[in-house]
Amino acid sequence: MATGRDDFVIAIRSAFLKKKDKQKFSLLSLIFLSIFVIILSNFNFKAIKIIKLGINEVIYRSSYIVSIPENKISEIITKIKLHLYLHESYKKELIKIENTEQIKLLNDFLNAENKKLRELIDESISSEEIFAKVLIDKESPYLKSVVLNKGTRDKVKIGMAVIDEVYLVGQIIEVNYTNSRALLLSDLNSKIPSVLEPDDIQAVVSGTGNNFGIIEHTQDEYKEGLQDNEIIAYTSGLGGLFRPGIPIGKINKGTAGKINFFTDFTQLNYVKIVSYKVGEEK
Amino acid sequence: MSSLNKSPFLRIFLSYLPLLILFFSVFNEFDFNYLKLDYFSFNFVHLLIFFWTLRNPEHLGYLAIFFAGIINDVVIGIPIGISSFCYLLLCSVTAYIRNITLSPNFIKDWISLLFTILLINSIQVIILDLIFLIKVDYMAYLINSGITFIFYPIFFIIFNFLNERISYQKND
Repeated sequence: MATGRDDFVIAIRSAFLKKKDKQKFSLLSLIFLSIFVIILSNFNFKAIKIIKLGINEVIYRSSYIVSIPENKISEIITKIKLHLYLHESYKKELIKIENTEQIKLLNDFLNAENKKLRELIDESISSEEIFAKVLIDKESPYLKSVVLNKGTRDKVKIGMAVIDEVYLVGQIIEVNYTNSRALLLSDLNSKIPSVLEPDDIQAVVSGTGNNFGIIEHTQDEYKEGLQDNEIIAYTSGLGGLFRPGIPIGKINKGTAGKINFFTDFTQLNYVKIVSYKVGEEK
Repeated sequence: MSSLNKSPFLRIFLSYLPLLILFFSVFNEFDFNYLKLDYFSFNFVHLLIFFWTLRNPEHLGYLAIFFAGIINDVVIGIPIGISSFCYLLLCSVTAYIRNITLSPNFIKDWISLLFTILLINSIQVIILDLIFLIKVDYMAYLINSGITFIFYPIFFIIFNFLNERISYQKND
């Protein structure tokens, strides 16, 4: 029994401490180094911040270059799929165009009315838009995020909204000098204060890690009402970060609070990083 | 063909190939995600490190693995150091297996891989969820571990072929 234990100890010692097989560092020292790095990355000292920014800058740029072949393959696959479904999508687009003119007229009227009403209560919404290219778009099973090519140099700040066309995509969670990372709505850690229309219910749209979101922090009686109607989720603007009324996604009938996002997060190439100031007097 | 086999460039290239694949895969997050199959993902880096540190550790240094982990953390967007720690734990298991094994056996290696990836993924989830308070999808981790385990034989054949080529070049 004692011999067996001795063998185990010898094997463990040999595995962790000995620098063999042309290894320059022992495993144990590197394991301690990685624990040290984990602890350090938890602190927000200025020196650590600068090192982290430097590492991020270099790695994001290198990753973008290394990912070019895979991105090309992905692009080709998407193009082939689009080509195959061209006829079907053409029919759908035709129906959309027919309805667009009517919707546009109604929208213009509502915008003008909204502007007048805001003027009446001395409230204005000012926004700044920064166009950004998606550098790294890795659908990791762990965290759903994208890296954008704009950073503090272009006045990007943490918390700014990321928009694709008119739809909300996510928000900025990390900013470096020339690039930034945006957390997508589909990530488990994403929580967006929203309003569900036409019922005007306040809710929080949460990511699930999949391609849909869920409604949280809403009373059960309201949730029952969501079953029978088609609901659109918009940002409520309650957190102060997002402008109210940015479309997030749609809840179809009978899907029990499951939100299908308007944007396909795998197809993001260019986005807008937007900051808003709501409620300031003109 | 014979002259090509004896080429010093080819010999050097092959000997650094595991390292190149490692860095290419961490920069690129290679996992076939563009196939858009629900929940389909596997950890190629775990397979690569497990095989090479078990069968031919000369071609994959621990320091390179440590740096690959740092790069992986930055690319994925998780706190720096977690992947390095997990990769090095994988290396410690393979180093232990190497020390206690006289004749390598594929089935035993395969089963130890399952326990190892379950262990390191659990550690990663614990660190992310309990220490850094980052929510993670447990199901995604479990399925990722399962598919990584299932894919090992395929990559074992590929890596084993590569390993034989490297040994052939070296002994030529």
